[in-house]
Amino acid sequence: MKLAEIKRALLLLVTFLVLLTVIYPAVVTLAGRVAFPGKAAGSLIEQNGAVVGSSLIGQPFSSPKYFWPRPSATAAASGMPYDPLASGGSNLGPTNQKLVSPDPATGEVSGAVRALRDSGVNGPLPIDLVTSSGSGLDPDITVEAAQVQAARVAQARGMPLAKVRQLVDDHTQGRWLGFMGTVRVNVLELNLALDQAGQNS
Amino acid sequence: MRNFETYDLIGIAVLLAVLLLLVKPLGAYMARVYQGEKNLLSPVLRPLERLVYHIAGIDEEKESGWTQYAFAFLLFNALGIAFLFLALVFQGVLPLNPQGLPGFPLMLAFNTAVSFITNTNWQNYAGESTASYFTQTVPLTLSHFVAAAAGMAVVIALIRGIARRTTQQIGNFWVDLTRGVLYILLPIALIAGIFLVSQGVIQNFSGYQGVRLVQPAQNRNGGAVTTQTLPMGPVASFESIKLLGTNGGGFFNANSAHPYENPSPLTNFVEIALFLMIPLALTNTFGRIVGNTRQGWAILTAMLIILVVSLGAMYWAEHAGNSLIHRQGIAGPNMEGKEVRFGVGGSTVFAAGTTATSDGAVNSMLDSYTPLGGGVSMFLMLLGEVVPGGVGSGLYTMLGFVIIAVFVAGLMIGRTPEYLGKKIEVREMWMSVIMVLTSGISVLIFSGIALLLRAGTGAIFNPGPHGLSEVLYAYASTSNNNGSSFAGISANTPFYNITLSLAMLLGRFLPAVAALAMAGSLAAKKYVPPSLGTLPTDNLTFVGWLIVVVIIVGALTFLPALGLGPIVEHLIMTGR
Repeated sequence: MKLAEIKRALLLLVTFLVLLTVIYPAVVTLAGRVAFPGKAAGSLIEQNGAVVGSSLIGQPFSSPKYFWPRPSATAAASGMPYDPLASGGSNLGPTNQKLVSPDPATGEVSGAVRALRDSGVNGPLPIDLVTSSGSGLDPDITVEAAQVQAARVAQARGMPLAKVRQLVDDHTQGRWLGFMGTVRVNVLELNLALDQAGQNS
Repeated sequence: MRNFETYDLIGIAVLLAVLLLLVKPLGAYMARVYQGEKNLLSPVLRPLERLVYHIAGIDEEKESGWTQYAFAFLLFNALGIAFLFLALVFQGVLPLNPQGLPGFPLMLAFNTAVSFITNTNWQNYAGESTASYFTQTVPLTLSHFVAAAAGMAVVIALIRGIARRTTQQIGNFWVDLTRGVLYILLPIALIAGIFLVSQGVIQNFSGYQGVRLVQPAQNRNGGAVTTQTLPMGPVASFESIKLLGTNGGGFFNANSAHPYENPSPLTNFVEIALFLMIPLALTNTFGRIVGNTRQGWAILTAMLIILVVSLGAMYWAEHAGNSLIHRQGIAGPNMEGKEVRFGVGGSTVFAAGTTATSDGAVNSMLDSYTPLGGGVSMFLMLLGEVVPGGVGSGLYTMLGFVIIAVFVAGLMIGRTPEYLGKKIEVREMWMSVIMVLTSGISVLIFSGIALLLRAGTGAIFNPGPHGLSEVLYAYASTSNNNGSSFAGISANTPFYNITLSLAMLLGRFLPAVAALAMAGSLAAKKYVPPSLGTLPTDNLTFVGWLIVVVIIVGALTFLPALGLGPIVEHLIMTGR
């Protein structure tokens, strides 16, 4: 009786293994490869035959000539911001001094504020630009966070401010159906467009 | 400053509308499936179902009493844990491992095996640097399906126990398990998986992708870094079932905050709907099988009221933001640990839903929530995962609360305690108390031990009252089989691997077996027709009473702990 049950359990386990861990993932993989090959492969961006990034994964920009992404907590884990092998947030609690200390040497927020100010960003800073994301790989910033950096980028590149603003507008993504998500800008795509515009002029 | 954004309220309303519209069709479909009736997918799946029974030697006509049902349930889970453990330990020599990752250490493998089979999915590892494609696709995906289907089987058995009269039989575990997998989980996971790929969730078996950075960066030591390595993998097929089955273990360390797991506001919406749809619709399945759908709607109403009020509190706290950051001249909501594409709305709805359903996936880091926002997520778990709770487990635990509510009300107003024509006696009360209190006792005892030992407190990441919250959260999450965490805690230590595993085992199997024992004793009872002395359980008065009982039992136990953690921290943050 009990032995028969054990045999049943084992056979059912093996059947499920074939169905759920071989056939099911294979069908999803095949459907993805046929119908959405670019998305299934990681939304990679290619330029001149080389992969320069994924439109879904942020990159660590720190030059005044580029728009900056949000601070990335992967730096604490692996020493490298926007390191996709160490995804995760800072996990700093809301009263942790490492997050909220007004001293830029120790506080994440005040440190980010200092760096932005030093790079020549003026005006009120949106909160997303000085806090780190949950993944450490956030590809986006809010449209306000892009606009506040536009003057610095324009000056560092010697590009007309109006042109930079135009690029920000072109790369602004609205809310889906008007209510879902945030009005945002993909930093990597915007910066690639900046480089492109610089070459063309 | 406004307390909310209109577009967030619209988002919440649309989500609730979609979920409520799904309750009836999905609930009816599941009722047909579990009663072995012809349904929408029978033409396709019935032959497959027969084939599975044929291979495994299952006689679908043969039902069993509760002890044999429980034996099969425990046996299958034990086998599952053993299989996962071995697969994880021997990862290094198994295929589909392009990164050449070594096997899991023994303690971690045990913790992970227990975690995934108990539908907890607490993770003491980071997927992208620890788990091979084989591990993610075979043992872990298997557990996502079977842990969910096993939880659903238990609640179906309990529902049968309530509905049936004077019989010993409560069903066939193998048949219930198979039907849950084939007819409910697999089709929805398949469609959702393909949809997720269409939106950018990756699905491939390629090696990790090297990328030349547009602007070379500097690492901590000042060295130049010119490349970025993108992890790859079969994520979509993992993601859809991890949410649908309220499992919640992430493919990547960042879980559903990772853009490759959850790339857009739309995928976020769909992922939230995925983990809420089955637990909510099961109330309708319950109502149908017991022959009175109003009973299901009453339970659903109680669940939704607690859930929506909790979500409102969490949203308000996160939207109000962190006053210590505001003081530095930075206005706005709390965005630490949240993704821009989701914002506060998409993050908090996910967070409230994931802690209310025992899913435990996260799209934002709960450790960095405001004290009260994080406190709400802890509160939702401490209620015992019943609003609506995990697939199956949520409803059977809630039925334990219902029995207690009926009993207490009966004592207070001098009526015979009975529920749906079944007399509630000592045995049912014992089982209900086990179902409802096991997780709470486990949380208190294990947190207490952890806070007394250096092995426990040494893992704390954030100082002060937040550190207490991290430990309390860990045991609340594992004892209730949720799996989310205040992730700063370094729990991959022998002490935590063992105590968290024990909490998960207790929190899963004691209540489940109690539910089956109650199913057995209820099934054996005679039907007592309702009389003037019967307390109605399908009206708003009872809904209100049920809410009170859930909150008194759930929250009062933990009020001191919640006071010392989140509430003290809130006072520190606001400087009052």
